[in-house]
Amino acid sequence: MTEAEVIELIDSSLAEEFELERTDMTPEANLYDDLGLDSLDTVDMVIVLEGAFDFKIREEEAIRAIRTLDDIHRFVLSKIEQHS
Amino acid sequence: MHRVAITGIGIVSCLGNDLKSVGTALREGRSGIVVDPERIELGFRSPLTGLIKDFDHSILSRKQRKSMPEFAVWAYASACDALELAGLAEDRIQNEQTGLIYGCDSSCLAAIEQVDALLQRGETKGIGSGQIFRSMTSTVTMNLNTLFKTRGACWTLSSACSSGGHAVGQAADLIRMGRQERVICGGAQEINWQSMCSFDGLGAFSVRADDPVAACRPFDADRDGLVPSGGAATVILERYDLAEQRGATILGELRGYGFSSDGAQLSVPSKDGLSRAMQSALQQSGLAATEIDYLCAHATATPAGDAAEANNISRIFGAETPGISALKALTGHELWMSGAAQVVYTTIMAQQGFTAASFNFSKPDEGTTGLNIIRETLPNPPKRAMCNSAGFGGTNSSLVISFS
Repeated sequence: MTEAEVIELIDSSLAEEFELERTDMTPEANLYDDLGLDSLDTVDMVIVLEGAFDFKIREEEAIRAIRTLDDIHRFVLSKIEQHS
Repeated sequence: MHRVAITGIGIVSCLGNDLKSVGTALREGRSGIVVDPERIELGFRSPLTGLIKDFDHSILSRKQRKSMPEFAVWAYASACDALELAGLAEDRIQNEQTGLIYGCDSSCLAAIEQVDALLQRGETKGIGSGQIFRSMTSTVTMNLNTLFKTRGACWTLSSACSSGGHAVGQAADLIRMGRQERVICGGAQEINWQSMCSFDGLGAFSVRADDPVAACRPFDADRDGLVPSGGAATVILERYDLAEQRGATILGELRGYGFSSDGAQLSVPSKDGLSRAMQSALQQSGLAATEIDYLCAHATATPAGDAAEANNISRIFGAETPGISALKALTGHELWMSGAAQVVYTTIMAQQGFTAASFNFSKPDEGTTGLNIIRETLPNPPKRAMCNSAGFGGTNSSLVISFS
């Protein structure tokens, strides 16, 4: 899977789960301030990402530090790199 | 003490999802009871159930619904309709003087789903964020509070099949005492088979599956049990003087609320418990028993329950009872919701100018004789009505409403 394909899968999965407008989903978009997510949504975000990429997310500290969509992209790409 | 006005009603019921269609069903005797084939396959004794049809869940976003079981969404829809009818916009309810009290005594499906998710995924974080909020019996009021942003009373009341009746009654009391100016109140009831299987096992449900429309026969000599049902009902109660001041259309006045408990058995109602609630409601209303012209009975169509209610009714009204109908013949038993639903149904009759018959009643037995059962829909609306509800464990509610 290319980096662009990974990012597309992340964005489309999150758009579906949280009913987000794709035009709002710029890399710098803040999940909480710009996309309207809350702390409960991060619980479901982990489930969505685990389902989309078939890996387990154990890095709770790293998840809590995520602020922007780009942070998610980087986090998932590094997870994939670790696994490959 | 303040007077209490009814200024809004809304309902999602197996008779329809708006006041007009529900009114038509009540007037014409259209049943909402069906056979659920899945219950036959699962080994239910009775496959009969009420069914909510054509409900549009998209009134809320997927994110909003994540923390809400189906019946909480029904409650939201009925509350939106009731608030619209009351003419109460957001700015009038987002304050400390507006409360939320609903009757609800289970959220069974969510409890099952969260356990299934854990067993399937092997870790609690795989359950998802919404299930905790879906699985609590207070799910209706906690969710409606975040959606409507009211800031007063906010709790759910659990008392089995009188939950909705007590919720409306307690809401009225808070207004009467001056502690709230208005309360969005009602009842909500899940309808899935999971929540009904153990009740089915008690053998209390009608088994007339070959004729669902005629299955539920309150007060009738051939009654053989209740039919489980559900939905959500909302009543907007307001301090009467404030409702008048803002020019609201006053649909009715909630004049009296009485409560009692049997102190007797779990599943068999006592011969006097409900009558004590009825007496208490009459006393608060200032009306004499002879002034009540319509009784919306609890009557679920169980042999023992209807006989006990008949006995309680006779204790209050003697040989001359008001006209009585038991709407569960059409709706089935809406359980936690039923006490509030009866207020909505009775107010619909008052608004739409008729009194619904007690369908499926042909003749009484020894236990239900002496009641003035309404056999055909009457062209005149109720003026002074009493609505009864009673629940497992012997908890009773009675509400007295007048319509002008």
